[in-house]
Amino acid sequence: MSTNATSPRFKDNARKALADAELQSALKFVEVNFIARRQEVADKLPEFEALRDSARDIKNHTLAHLDLYLETYENRVVEQGGKVHYAITADDACRIVLDICNGLGARTVTKGKSMIGEEIGVNDFLEANGITPVETDLGEYIIQLRHELPSHIIAPAVHLTKAQVEADFRRVHTHLPADRNLVEPETMLAEARAVLREKFLAADVGITGANFLVAETGSSIIVTNEGNGDLTQTLPKAHIVLASIEKLVPTLEDAAQMLRVLARSATGQEMSVYTTVSTGPRKAADPDGPGAYHVVILDNGRSAMLGGEFRDMLRCIRCGACMNHCPVYHAVGGHAYGWVYPGPMGAVLTPSLIGVDKAGNLPNASTFCGRCEEVCPVRIPLPKLMRHWREREFERHLSPATVRSGLAFWSFFAKRSWLYRPATALAMRLLAFAGRSHGRFKWLPLAGGWTRYRDFPVPEGRTFQAQWKKRHTA
Amino acid sequence: MPERGKRVGLFVTCLVDLIRPSIGFAAVKLLEDAGCVVEVPVQTCCGQPAFNSGDRGTTRAIAEQVIERFASYDYVVAPSGSCAGMLKLHYPELFQGDPNWRARADAFAAKTYELISFLVDVLRVERVNAHFSGTVTYHDSCSGLRELGVHAQPRRLLGTVQGLTLSEMRDSDVCCGFGGTFCVKYPDISNAIVGKKAANVTATGAQALLAGDLGCLMNMAGKLQREGKTIAVRHIAEVLAGMSDEPAIGVAPGDPEAVR
Repeated sequence: MSTNATSPRFKDNARKALADAELQSALKFVEVNFIARRQEVADKLPEFEALRDSARDIKNHTLAHLDLYLETYENRVVEQGGKVHYAITADDACRIVLDICNGLGARTVTKGKSMIGEEIGVNDFLEANGITPVETDLGEYIIQLRHELPSHIIAPAVHLTKAQVEADFRRVHTHLPADRNLVEPETMLAEARAVLREKFLAADVGITGANFLVAETGSSIIVTNEGNGDLTQTLPKAHIVLASIEKLVPTLEDAAQMLRVLARSATGQEMSVYTTVSTGPRKAADPDGPGAYHVVILDNGRSAMLGGEFRDMLRCIRCGACMNHCPVYHAVGGHAYGWVYPGPMGAVLTPSLIGVDKAGNLPNASTFCGRCEEVCPVRIPLPKLMRHWREREFERHLSPATVRSGLAFWSFFAKRSWLYRPATALAMRLLAFAGRSHGRFKWLPLAGGWTRYRDFPVPEGRTFQAQWKKRHTA
Repeated sequence: MPERGKRVGLFVTCLVDLIRPSIGFAAVKLLEDAGCVVEVPVQTCCGQPAFNSGDRGTTRAIAEQVIERFASYDYVVAPSGSCAGMLKLHYPELFQGDPNWRARADAFAAKTYELISFLVDVLRVERVNAHFSGTVTYHDSCSGLRELGVHAQPRRLLGTVQGLTLSEMRDSDVCCGFGGTFCVKYPDISNAIVGKKAANVTATGAQALLAGDLGCLMNMAGKLQREGKTIAVRHIAEVLAGMSDEPAIGVAPGDPEAVR
């Protein structure tokens, strides 16, 4: 893990996020726009549900034969003149990237959006080794200026308001006139474009992520809406693709199907604006393209997930639909989750990657409302997988002592109905007596989490079972 | 009525048993009106608090009790989508790979239903004999909606209550922030979620908020009342059974807010 995780402090992070007025105003965009747009395009496509089944099946098939497809993929890449590097850990991946850059004497590296890049912390690593990485996706560029992690896997700067971005541009782009107009989003975009254009031309190496790796052709595929990925990978001397083992799909046909559910689930588009297929370095007849083509395939704990109960998570295509539909994400945003992957997919993946001892709060901080599973394009049973993490936590005695003792107390009675019924009957009568004239409690012992924000209704008095028994034994 | 005379074991749910038994009696009335013979075997809880806290051992112990005690009934019905979802979907999952219990859990699951969808989908109830003067809004509790497909059935029956108008809230299908133990483990987040829900409820101008799960109802009622809102909060079964003269959730008998 190259990026320091604040996941253990999830509760504090969440509290701060809830009190952050700018963040709360920015988050409305997710809750309102992403959901409506996805619904609209899903409704327009009669076969959308069937496509989701197909996407799930393609991924399941690939994962079942991953060794075969990885080998085939590597062979095709090599045939096309490229090179595949396998990285077991994040550190391995960083070193591979650095070696390639050093081999070319690279000083500046442009980057297309890559969550694997965030996962391995490649920017910090390159910088520490004297190489300047420049993010070229607008959202990634903004968070790089702020030294932040992305708060959303497809909209990295969605936690920011326009005014915050304007302030960052004024702080960093000091070579531009201080009195320039940056009120319109278009002027900000033009400014970023002009700044980035210089970087594209200066870059020695371009690094992109990959949405899919195609075994049949040895191609990597990225989707973007800004076209920055194309400039990143075609202008420099070398193109490095950062990917992970679960990005494989067997054929281009499969990739095409996956793309149909990806864009719809992610941004509510039928297709992303740019879908770029890269196969090897520049060929003799090509007018442009990189002289060298490298693919770094990261494992970082994923192969361990293949044989276990979290395997379904490896189907994830990083569309972000789960977080777009998550009431917890809507409330606290992505940074509260404390590492690279937020929302429901992060709540399942993060404990796999950095350990449930550090990320245990994440799978617990879910109401299990099931909306994430309902919209997941590859039908990952996210609540069930979060529950599996809770089971691991419980087995390893990692759950907080208060939770464990409360649960043990409750379990003792719930397993013994002969004791449960008289005990609860007495407790309810006492509570009903205590609150008889008010209807509700403003405060209850041991229920501070509830009564801090909500009243608690006074029980009616005699339990249902007590009343029923009386009626039916009379 | 196709299922007249069937023996229904009422899984009353722990919250209804302890906090608001009148919902249980409303459920009994609706089932009996539809021709069922209702019985209530000794019970505690469906085990969901343990299941969702990762304690499979306790969950199994409770699930085995429930399956055994309800074995003799034609149907098992719960006035809660969340508990019914636990019994119907998660019990079989819990006993996966267990040759002794899996078949029993499957048979149990096959005859288990959430109350309102049982009335409409199985008993083919088309109307209820109830009166409620005023506007209500209805919250779709998550498990009922997404695990059991409870959406049209409650609206259909509410449409036959004399004098009742349904005013849909924005995002009626979005979680209220209850989430069982979630609401006390992460009270700040839960509060933010239920705050949005309360605003959507209030914006409808309805006199009553209805839903099919007491946990969600207590959460929403508690928030609305803390905010000083006077909207009455009730389980949908109370209205369908014509029992909405009882004080609403969190309202004391004799309180001027009590009867609406």
